[in-house]
Amino acid sequence: MSARIGDSPRRADGPPKVRGDFAYSSDLKAGGMLWGATVRSPHPYARILAIDTTEARALPGVLAVLTHLDVPGRKLYGLEIQDQPVLAMDVVRCWGEAVALVAADHPEHARRAAQLVRVTYEVLEPLTDPERALTDDAPRLHPGGNITRYVKIRHGDQKARADVVVNGEYEIGMQDQAPLGPESGLAIPDSAGGVDLHVATQWLHVDRDQLAGILSLPPDKVRLRLAGVGGAFGAREDLSMQAHACLLALRTGRPVKMSYSRPESFVGHVHRHPGKLIYEHGATREGKLVYVKARVLLDGGAYASSSTAVIANACCFAVGPYECPNATVDGWVVYTNNPPCGAMRGFGSVQNCYAHEAQMDKLAAALGMDPVELRKRNAMKTGSRLITGQVVEGSAPVAELLDRIKKMPLPSPLPPQGAGLGRGARKVDLTQLPGGVSNTTHGEGVVRGVGYAVGFKNVGYSEGFDDYSTARVRLSVVNGRPRAEVHTAAAEVGQGLVTVQAQIAATELGVSDVVVLDADTQVGSAGSSSASRQTYVTGGAVKAACEAVRERVLALAQSEIGGSTGARLESDAVVSSRGEVMVTLGTLLGDAVIEETREFRPRRTHRLDSETGQADAHLQYAFAAHRAVVDVDIELGLVRVVELATAQDVGKAINPQAVEGQLEGGAAQGLGLAVMEEIQVKDGVIRNASFTDYLLPTILDMPPVRMDILELGDPHSPYGLKGVGEPPTISSGPAIVAAIRAATGRPITRVPVRPHDIVDT
Amino acid sequence: MDFLQPATWTEALAMKAAHPDALPIAGGTDVMVEINFDRQRPPAFLDLTRIAELSGWGLDDGMLRVGAGVTYARLIGELGDRLPGLAMASRTVGSPQIRNRGTVGGNLGSASPAGDAHPPLLASRAIVELASTAGTRRLPAHEFFLGPKRNAMRKDELIRAFLVEPAQGPQQFSKVGTRNAMVIAVCSFALALEPERRRVGTGIGSAAPTPVTAPEAERFIEGVLGEHDMWQKPAPVAESALVRFGELVAAAARPIDDVRGTAAYRRHALAVMARRSFVWAWNEYRGAV
Ligand SMILES: Cc1cc2nc3c(=O)[nH]c(=O)nc-3n(C[C@H](O)[C@H](O)[C@H](O)COP(=O)(O)OP(=O)(O)OC[C@H]3O[C@@H](n4cnc5c(N)ncnc54)[C@H](O)[C@@H]3O)c2cc1C
Repeated sequence: MSARIGDSPRRADGPPKVRGDFAYSSDLKAGGMLWGATVRSPHPYARILAIDTTEARALPGVLAVLTHLDVPGRKLYGLEIQDQPVLAMDVVRCWGEAVALVAADHPEHARRAAQLVRVTYEVLEPLTDPERALTDDAPRLHPGGNITRYVKIRHGDQKARADVVVNGEYEIGMQDQAPLGPESGLAIPDSAGGVDLHVATQWLHVDRDQLAGILSLPPDKVRLRLAGVGGAFGAREDLSMQAHACLLALRTGRPVKMSYSRPESFVGHVHRHPGKLIYEHGATREGKLVYVKARVLLDGGAYASSSTAVIANACCFAVGPYECPNATVDGWVVYTNNPPCGAMRGFGSVQNCYAHEAQMDKLAAALGMDPVELRKRNAMKTGSRLITGQVVEGSAPVAELLDRIKKMPLPSPLPPQGAGLGRGARKVDLTQLPGGVSNTTHGEGVVRGVGYAVGFKNVGYSEGFDDYSTARVRLSVVNGRPRAEVHTAAAEVGQGLVTVQAQIAATELGVSDVVVLDADTQVGSAGSSSASRQTYVTGGAVKAACEAVRERVLALAQSEIGGSTGARLESDAVVSSRGEVMVTLGTLLGDAVIEETREFRPRRTHRLDSETGQADAHLQYAFAAHRAVVDVDIELGLVRVVELATAQDVGKAINPQAVEGQLEGGAAQGLGLAVMEEIQVKDGVIRNASFTDYLLPTILDMPPVRMDILELGDPHSPYGLKGVGEPPTISSGPAIVAAIRAATGRPITRVPVRPHDIVDT
Repeated sequence: MDFLQPATWTEALAMKAAHPDALPIAGGTDVMVEINFDRQRPPAFLDLTRIAELSGWGLDDGMLRVGAGVTYARLIGELGDRLPGLAMASRTVGSPQIRNRGTVGGNLGSASPAGDAHPPLLASRAIVELASTAGTRRLPAHEFFLGPKRNAMRKDELIRAFLVEPAQGPQQFSKVGTRNAMVIAVCSFALALEPERRRVGTGIGSAAPTPVTAPEAERFIEGVLGEHDMWQKPAPVAESALVRFGELVAAAARPIDDVRGTAAYRRHALAVMARRSFVWAWNEYRGAV
C-alpha cells in the first residue's frame, strides 16, 4: 500500500469482514482444543458457604473444574484498584460474578458440568442505591468503604451570585458497549509452563501484566497475540475470560477456548456508569456564565474498573466547553451491588454533557435568548482556562463549530399528514415516520423539533499516567524492492488503526510496500485502544521509528554516494531536493536491514489536587457539536431522528474516510443512549441481557449524518492530529434530547427517553 | 439428541405420535433462540421444512387455507392483496432474514402474547387446523391461545394450516415498539372491517396473557356505524365515538409492567392505535364505496 496520510485507502480487513471471511476471536480453533465454561453467581450479593465440584468432575468429558483455590498467583485484579476476584472467594458482589470454571471436550459438556457445580450461598441484601452507598448505614462492600473516588473542584469565587439562576436534576441510564463480538479467546499452553493467549482485547500488555501476576509466571512466559476484535468501545479494557482460559489451559495441558454467549457477554464486561447529576447555573442578564455548581454521582457497581478516571472526567468537564469563572463540583463514584461499570466511549463526558447542555438550554429559555447564541457567548477558545485551571492550548473552535452546524441547511419539512380517502391514504412512506413500518402514524401527532449540543473531552490518558507507545520499524529489500514492516502491540478494534499505521510509514519512508505485522507482546506496549489516543500515541511512535530509520538510510546514502542537502525518501528511492532519484532503496540497501524501535511519549500530565481539583491534568482536548432534527409522535411517545448534523475539529484527518466512520458510528452510539439503549437493572439483576430487549439502533433508526470536518491542527501532536473517536458520542445524544424537548415542550430529564416519558399515562 | 426429518405430512404425524416430546422446528427463529439461551434441551427435533404440504396455500370452500410453513416473506409477496392486515403485521416481523425463514405456524406454535401474526388472525376470525394420527380438528384462533406461550395443541398434534377469509374490507395493523424496526411489540392492534356482514373485528397483541379481541369495542363501533346507516352512506365518524372505541379497546387489555413498557402506557397506546387505525380503515372504505 502506498497511500499516504490524508488519503483514504481501502482497508485490508474491509472485504473479508463484509464477506464473512474475517476470523474473529470467537472463530479460533486448535487441535485437541477444550471448551471452557464459567459458573456464575445467581445473586447480586451473597456469602459463599461451600463449593462442591464432585458431580461436575464426574461428568464424562470434563477435564478440569477450578475454583479460587486453583489460582496460583494474585487472586485479585483490576485496572486501577485490584479489588475484583479472578474467581469469587468468600463473597460475590454482583450478579453473574465468576465463581468456578470448567473445561470439557465439548461446549455442551462444559455447559452441563457448570450447572453441576453446587455452590451454597448465604444470600445477603444487595446494596443497589448509589445514594445509600454514600451513607454510614450501608453495608461496606470493600475494605476501604463504598466511595471509590471523590473528586472536588473549587474554581474561582465560591460565593459568586448571579442575576439569573437555573437548576436541574438529570439521570442517565446504564448503557452497554454491546460489541457484536463476544468475549472470546484461545489459550495454548507450551511445554515449558508458559502460555500463548490469542484474544480480542484493547490493550495486550495490561492484560499480559495482570495475567502474569494471576498465573504467577514471569511476563515472558505469558505471550499475547491479538485475535480478530469484533468491536470494543471500552468493554475490553478489563479482563474477562483471559485469566480463566489460561488457568484451564495450564491445568489441563490442552488448548482451551472460551467464548461467551450473548447473555453472558452482558455480565462479561463493565458498562457505562449510570449517573445522577444535580446542577445550578448562574449567569448575567447578558448571558455570561457566572458560576456552575454540580453534584455528580456515578454508580460504579461492584468493582472499581476504571471508575476513578471516569469520575475525574465527569467532574473536570462538568461545565462543558465553556468559559466559566467560578465553579463548584463534587463528584462521587461509589460501589454498589449493581453490575460493575467502567470504560465506554465518551468516558464520563457523556453523562455530564446531557446535564450541562440541558442547563444551557434552560438558561437560554430563562434569558429569552437563542440557545446557540448563549453557547457562543460562553464558548471556550484557545487560551481559555478550564475549571481545573488548565489553559487550553491548540485549537478550541467551539463557537465556530456551533456556527457551522447552525448554518447547515435543514432537512425538508414534515410531509403533509397522510389523510385522505381510499387506498391511496395508505401510501405514506412509513419509513419516514416515527414508528417506521410498524404503521403507528400516517402523520397524526407528529411534531418536529430541532436541538443543539456541544461537548468536549480529553484525548489520551490523564492525571500523570505514563502514557506511551512503542513501534518497531524494519526496512529491508524483498525481491529487489524495499519493504517496510511496522510492528506494534496496538489493538485494531475496528477503527482502522492498521491502515493508519501503514499510511504513516508510507509517508515517512516513501516506500510503497508497507506491511503491518500482527499485534502481539513481542514488541513493547502500545497502550490501550482507548481514550481516542491510538492514532496520536501509536501513530506518533510509528512516525518516530520511521524517522529513525530514515535518518539511518540517509546517512547510508551520504556515505555510499555522497551528500546532497535536503535529500529525502520518495517513490522507493533517495531523491535529491530537486526531486531527482539519487539511488533506489533496493540498490542502496542490498542485503542490509535497518530496524529501529521507538517509544513515543506525549507531554506529561498531572494529578488533580485533592482539595481544589486544580492541575494540568489532560493532554489534548477534542471538540464536536451536533444538531439533531427529530420527529416525535407526541401521542404515542415514539421518536424518529430525521437528521444529525455535526462539525468536529480533528486537527488533521490522517484517513478522512475512517474519520467519517467514527463520526457516524459515534453518533449512532450517542443516539442509542438518547432513545433506546439501557441495561435495566432491578435489585442488582439485569433484566434484559440479550439483544431481544437491549435495543441497538438499526439502519431505520439512524439517520444520515451531515458532516463538517475541520482540520485546525495542534501544536504538540504528530501531524497536528486530534483524537476523533469519542466526541461524536458525547454531544449527539444531548442534541437529540434537546430536539425532543423542543418538539414536546417537556423537560425530559432522563435518558434513554422512553415513550412513557413523552406521553402522560 | 435425535433429529427427525419426515419427508411427508403423514410421516410427520406418525413421528410426532411416536415421539411426543420431539420439538417441531420450522423456520427455527424461535426454536434456535430458545436453544441458544439454554431454555430448552429437547430430546429430539422434528424438522418440518421438507414437508411440501406445509408450504402451500389455496382456496378451501371460500376460505384461504395457508400451510403452517408459509414464511412471512411469502405471505407479503403472495397473499398481501387478500390478507392485507396479516401482511402489514408480517412486514413488522424482525428483519428480512427473519421474514425469509419465520412462519405463521411457528408464531402459533410459540403462542407468545407478542406474536405479531396473532392480532390480525383474531381480527379476521381465523381458524387453526391441528392434526394428529387420530385426525384433524379446527379451532377458532381465540380458542387456540390459552396463556403466555401456551396453546391448545396436544403433544401428539402438529399445526397443519390456518384458514381465513380473504379480506372482506379494509384491514389495518399497527404495533408500538421502541425501535423503528426489528422490535418485539410493546403492544399491537389489528382491525378488520367486514362491510357485507356489518362487522368490525379487532385483535390486541402484547397487552394480556394471550392475544385477545375487544368484543365490547367491536359491538360499540358496529352500533355507531349501524345507527347512522354509515355502511351505506359512509361519513366521518364522530371524534367522541372514535375516542370511546379507543377506550374500549384499551379496556379489553390486561397489560403488565415489564422491560418493554408500563401497563399504563400500553393501555394509552392501544387507545391511540385503535382510534387511528379505525380512521385509516374507515377512510379507505369511504373512498372505495
Ligand atoms: C431477530 C428476531 C426477530 C423477531 N422478530 C419478531 C417479530 O417482530 N414479531 C414476531 O411475532 N416474532 C418475531 N420473532 C420470533 C419468530 O421469528 C416468530 O415467532 C416466527 O413466527 C417463528 O416461526 P418459525 O417458523 O421460525 O418457528 P420455529 O422457531 O421453527 O418454531 C416456533 C415454535 O413453534 C413450533 N412449531 C413450528 N411449526 C410448527 C407446526 N407446524 N406444528 C406445531 N408446532 C410448530 C415449534 O416447535 C416451536 O415451539 C423474531 C425472532 C428473531 C430471532
